[in-house]
Parts: sequence; structure tokens; C-alpha cells
Amino acid sequence: MSSSFTDRLLGRVRLGGLLALAAPVLAIVFAALVTSIILVLTGNPPLHTLLLLVDYGSQPRTIVNIVNLATTYYISALAVAIGFRMNLFNIGVDGQYRLAALLAAAVGGALVLPPVLHVGVTVLVAVAVGGLWASIAGLLKVTRGVSEVISTIMLNAIATGFGAWLLTTDRLAVAVSGSNNIGTKPIPASGQFPGFAMIPGTQAKVFGFIVVAAVLGIAYHVLFNWTRFGFNLRATGASESAAVASGVNVKRMVLLTMIISGAVAGLVGMPQLLGASYSYSLDFPTGLGFTGIAIALLGRNNPAGIAVGALLWSYLDNSSDILDLEGIPKETVIIMQGTIVLSVIIAYELVHRYRMSAEQRRVSRQLSAGTGAPAEGAVA
Amino acid sequence: MTAVAEAAAPPAAPSPARRFRLGWRAALLGVLALLVMMSVARVVTGANDITSAGTIGAAVGLAVPIGLAALGGLWSERAGVVNIGLEGMMILGTWCGAWGALTFGTPWAGVVAGALGGALGGLLHAVVTVTFGVDHIISGVAINILGLGVTQYLSKLVFTDMDGGGETQSPRIPSIGNVGIPGIGDGLQSLERTHTFLVADLAGVLRGITQNVSLFTLLAILLVPLSFYVLWRTPFGLRLRSCGERPVAAESLGVNVYYYKYLAVLVSGALAGLGGAFLSIVASGIYREGQTGGRGFIGLAAMIFGNWRPGGLAGGSLLFGYTDALQLRQGGTSVHALLLVVAMLLAAFAVYQLVRQGRGRAALISGVFAVAVFAVFMVTDTVAEQFTSFTPHLTTLLVLSLASQRLRMPAADGVPYRKGQAK
Repeated sequence: MSSSFTDRLLGRVRLGGLLALAAPVLAIVFAALVTSIILVLTGNPPLHTLLLLVDYGSQPRTIVNIVNLATTYYISALAVAIGFRMNLFNIGVDGQYRLAALLAAAVGGALVLPPVLHVGVTVLVAVAVGGLWASIAGLLKVTRGVSEVISTIMLNAIATGFGAWLLTTDRLAVAVSGSNNIGTKPIPASGQFPGFAMIPGTQAKVFGFIVVAAVLGIAYHVLFNWTRFGFNLRATGASESAAVASGVNVKRMVLLTMIISGAVAGLVGMPQLLGASYSYSLDFPTGLGFTGIAIALLGRNNPAGIAVGALLWSYLDNSSDILDLEGIPKETVIIMQGTIVLSVIIAYELVHRYRMSAEQRRVSRQLSAGTGAPAEGAVA
Repeated sequence: MTAVAEAAAPPAAPSPARRFRLGWRAALLGVLALLVMMSVARVVTGANDITSAGTIGAAVGLAVPIGLAALGGLWSERAGVVNIGLEGMMILGTWCGAWGALTFGTPWAGVVAGALGGALGGLLHAVVTVTFGVDHIISGVAINILGLGVTQYLSKLVFTDMDGGGETQSPRIPSIGNVGIPGIGDGLQSLERTHTFLVADLAGVLRGITQNVSLFTLLAILLVPLSFYVLWRTPFGLRLRSCGERPVAAESLGVNVYYYKYLAVLVSGALAGLGGAFLSIVASGIYREGQTGGRGFIGLAAMIFGNWRPGGLAGGSLLFGYTDALQLRQGGTSVHALLLVVAMLLAAFAVYQLVRQGRGRAALISGVFAVAVFAVFMVTDTVAEQFTSFTPHLTTLLVLSLASQRLRMPAADGVPYRKGQAK
């Protein structure tokens, strides 16, 4: 085989022209088919369900929600993708962002600072906490050889417990007025990230943090394609032995990648914290890190692809609310999402295999036509 | 990542360190020593629950689902397929187990249904990873999403209409019978009540493992030696493991690698499904959403902890089951007492390193850790309940960071294989 599966998965091998489009289209058609079959089997009309989703999803208010949630998903997926680029599986984004958001909320709520500086300090705390928490997994990997897959899963559980311990009224939390919820002290206006009402037809505001997310996406592209560090990182991911031979310190790269991934993960909670809730309470969204994994896979670790994946995922999540009202379980959407992930990766594999064999046929045809000699060996 | 692992290995000791082989006698001695330490900790702290029959019984019960998931992981990884979808297959098992037991009115139908449900997840994993050669971890992640979505969808459809059921939980499930060795329960209990040093602890442990044991638990325990026998003592097992070590070589000897991989992943899913069915049928008596609580992942950790061997993973599962059980039984006090046990263990380890292995620096590090844990034990009275909730996870992390260099996974674990790829 000329390229490994990971190479193809991570987009290191490019599929040309129409074939590049064939895979995602194939996958979405297949996922729609599977979901339709499930809907028909359980007695719901598929087309009607789909129309409900489209209709509800195109209302202005829902669009704002879709964009906002997609912003969060996008950052989460970027954090995961940074690790993927080096064959590091950071499942710990979930714990990293929750701990980071909690501590950043506590610091942001306690400080009195001028507007821009206040936001800056809060965000910096989040980045530092995320990076530090991820560095534990990185250190364990480089010094003790512990697989990051297992250590980050364990660190997620530890972050949950540690967060629950911190978020008690003895420590960081205060009672939220008008409910029996508790949360950190609300961040004052100087520490909030203003949003803007850019969708016509609704007063709801799009998170200002979307700008930061876009900058992150560009930074990601620049880092991996235009810097020496990015080159080393991709080289290590593609072939560790080759990277070592050319003088890359693999351990240092593993640790750095993990820390950068964690630092970006620290930002995942920020759009919600600085743009909507202003406090980390018991009902702060969880599980965003796992969604990030799926979206990073969908987007094939490409910043533009991830954006499309994040929007699709967020669209399905938000528009599914209508289904329950219509008596269709909204979990239909989760099944659809799982199927999309599976079929996307299978579709890429199939398209790739097709292209390989087409290529081989073409070469052998040319060879036999040109020389008349047997083309064996040249093909392999 | 081999280079990292190798580079991270400590420099070879001047005299070759004595290799530690775990024989029957050493294992028995180790268990006894552990019991003595726990007994000391119990007498010193008064945390009677650390060796009570209730705790031990609960520990076995909590270890079963983790152990079944770990066995599932063992089967598939021995055939070279990484199975991070255990969690999803377990979730399928919880739902199918409850559904089967309720539909056919007997819990054993639930056991079978749970295994079949898990196997279905395994089949999907096999199709994706073996036939299509897609990355194993990605397929696992997708299966975890799907398992959750499908069961939530189905329980809305099925359990909502049942009497006593709801959108996120099932009605009560008929229970499986318990068995015990008759005639010794009362005697052991009165012995345990005396709180005598060592005697009461032994009685507690014995009562915990001989009384009120679910038949499902017995079945699960039997699956461990059975897996060992099949995988290590039969030609079938040899072929299956050869697919995880070097599929190309296996192929050249006429082994149908696809067939063995498929079978292994199917069994893996069925075992994880059994673990899920245990949770819904035995552990809680109903299906509840989110019941697995990441036990599939813990099972995976237990398998790695056990060095991809049945005996090791059973030990790992018991450790997790035990720490899990402790938090339910006077969590703060019990886990606090456990700190003393950990300090003693570390001290004993330090002595072992110094005397038997002659590794002065390593012994010093262990010794410092022992003193540190002891200091924490002395200055605190109890451990906050939020901390006890992640005791199993922290234990995993610590054990792996101490032991991971001695672990060896199947050589071709997680490597996609295609027939005829060797030229």
C-alpha cells in the first residue's frame, strides 16, 4: 500500500476532482437512507420528518442558536484535530474545557478590571488551565509511556470530581438567585464578550467569540502549513522514525502538541461563558469534547471541513427539538449523527480504493499499449 | 509510538534486576499480606467497612460488569482489533437485557438478549474495521455515539408504553436468583462482629464472596478461566492470537484472518453486552439511561492494567470494583483508611526494590511517596465525597504510570489488515 489509512483519513493524501466530493455525498446519502429505514420501521414518515427539521432549522432564532453552538463545536473539534495531526488521540478535551471554564469563570467573576483586559485575563486563565490539565496526559505519555487514550479518559472523570468539589458553596460557588442551582459569581459587564445581532428577523445575538473561532481556524492553518513547528509535527505524525532521523525531538513534540491541544480545549467553554451564561453553574453544557472528536473526523482535520461539520452537527442538534413536539423521538438525530461519522470514514476508504485500482488499471493499460511488454511489477 | 516507549524505559540496572514471576504461592502470600495491611488500617482508623462482607460483596458485584467489558476487550485486541466501542456495546447490552427480560418474563432471556445486543454492536465494529479496514478507534467512537442514540430512541418507543416505565427507564425487571454456601453465613457474621484483628477481616471477606452471590456473577466469573482456556490452550485460540500478533504470518499458514477477527469482535461485543445486561438485570433491577457510566472505558483500562491477560484483567476489575464499592460504604472514612493501606504498600514496595532488586534510587522515590501519602493520611480526617467518586480512575492512572512499561500489547493491535497485503 502506498499510503497508510491514517494518511488518507487525515487528508494527507488528496483525492482529486469529483472524487473528493463523491465521498461526503455518498456518506450523507447513506446516512439519510439508514435513518429513513429506522423511521419507516418505527412508523414515522421520513420525508415529513426531514421537512420538519429543515423548516424549524431555517427560522431566524434557530439559525442564531445553530451558529452559536457551531462556534463551540468548532473550537472543540480544532482542539481534537491538533492532536490527530500527530496521531495523538486527545479524548480529554471534555475534562480540559470543563475545568478551564470553571476556573476562568471563578477568576472572571472575582476580578475588577477594565473591559478588554478583563476578558483577556479570563480567557488566559482558561487557556492556561486547559493546557496544564492536558500536560498531565502528555507528561505521562513521554515519561511513563501511558497511552493518552486511557489517561485522558481517566483525567476526564477526575476533572468531573475535582470540578464538583470546587463548585460547592464552601469554595467557588454562590447560590443562583431564583433557583436551587449553584454557580460561580457572575462575570460583570466589563468581562463579557459582546455579541452582535447579525441574523435578520431576530434580536438574538450571535456570540462575539465566533471571531476568535475564525482566527483560531486561520492560525491552525498557518501553524500546520507555514511553520517549521507544524512541519515537524506533521512529519512526526506521518512517520515517527523518519522524524527522529531528521532530528525532531519526538517527546518534546508530543508534550507540546498535547499542551497546545489542551490550551485550545480551554477555549471551548468561552463562547457560552462570556457570551451567554456569564457564570459556570451546574447546568453548564457537558460532553462538548466528545462531539469535537466526531466533528474533527467529519472535517478530516481541515479547518474549513471542520467548520462545515460543526454547522451540520449543530444544525441537527438544534432542529431536533421540534421532533419531540411532533411525537418523533429526537434521538433519531443522534442515530443520524453516528451513522454519518461511520459512513463518512467508510466512504473515504471506498473512494480511495476505487481510485487506487482505477489508477493501476490506467497504468497497466498504458504500459501494455506502449510497449506490448508484460506490465507486471510496474503496477505494484 | 514504540520509540517513545523504548526511550522512556529506565536505564538498565548494573546487575540484571530479578524478574518477578507471579506464581500461585506468591499470589496467595500477596493476598494475605494485603489482608493484614487492610486489617491494620481498619484497627487503626476504625473504618470497619473496608473489609466488611457488605463491601466485599458490593465490590464483586461492581467488578463483574467491568470484568466482562475487559474480557470483551481481551478477545478483540488479542485478534488485533482495538475496541474502544465497548462502552457503546455495553449500553446496547443494558437496553437489550432489560427488554429481553421484560418481554419474555425471565431474566435469563434478558441475559441472552443482552449478549446478542452487544454482539450486534460487535458485528458493526467488525464490518467497519475488518471488511472496510477503517481506523479502529474512530469506528469505536462512532459505535459509542450510535449505541447511546439507538437505546435512547428505542426506550422512548418501547418502555414509555409499559406499566411503570418511562422515557429514560424501564419497569422493574424480574430478578435472577442468588446462591450461597449454606450453613456458614451466621458463624462468619458473628466472627465479623467481634472486630478482632485479621479474624474479623477474613470472615468478612469470606462471607462477602460466599453468601448471596448472583448466578449471573458466577457465570461471569466462570467466563474468565474459560476465556483463558480457549485463547491459550486450544488450536483455535492460538490461531486467533496469531491474527493479533502477525496476521500476515497467520495468513501464510492458511489461517483465515478475516474469519477469526470477525469471530473475536463478535464475542467481544457479546461479552460487553453481557456486562451491560448485568448492570440492568442484577445491579439495579431496571434499565436506566446513562447506566453504564463509562464502565466500558474502565474495562478497557482494566484489560491494559492486566497486560492483555485474563488473570490480570480479573485482578484489575476487582481493584476497580473495590474502590467503587468503598465510596458507597462510608466513602470518606473508608477511602481515608485506604490511604494508609496505600502508604504501607508503597513502603513495602520500596523495601522490595531496595533489598531484592538493589535499586536504591527507585526505592527512595517509592519511599518518599509512601511518606507523602502517610502525611496526607495523618493531617486529614476524611476524604471529600467528590474525591471518592474518582478513586477508581485515579488508581488506574497511578497504576498505569507505575506499570505501563512492563505491559506488552499484541504486536498487530489496531493495525488494519488486508488479505494478500504481504507480497
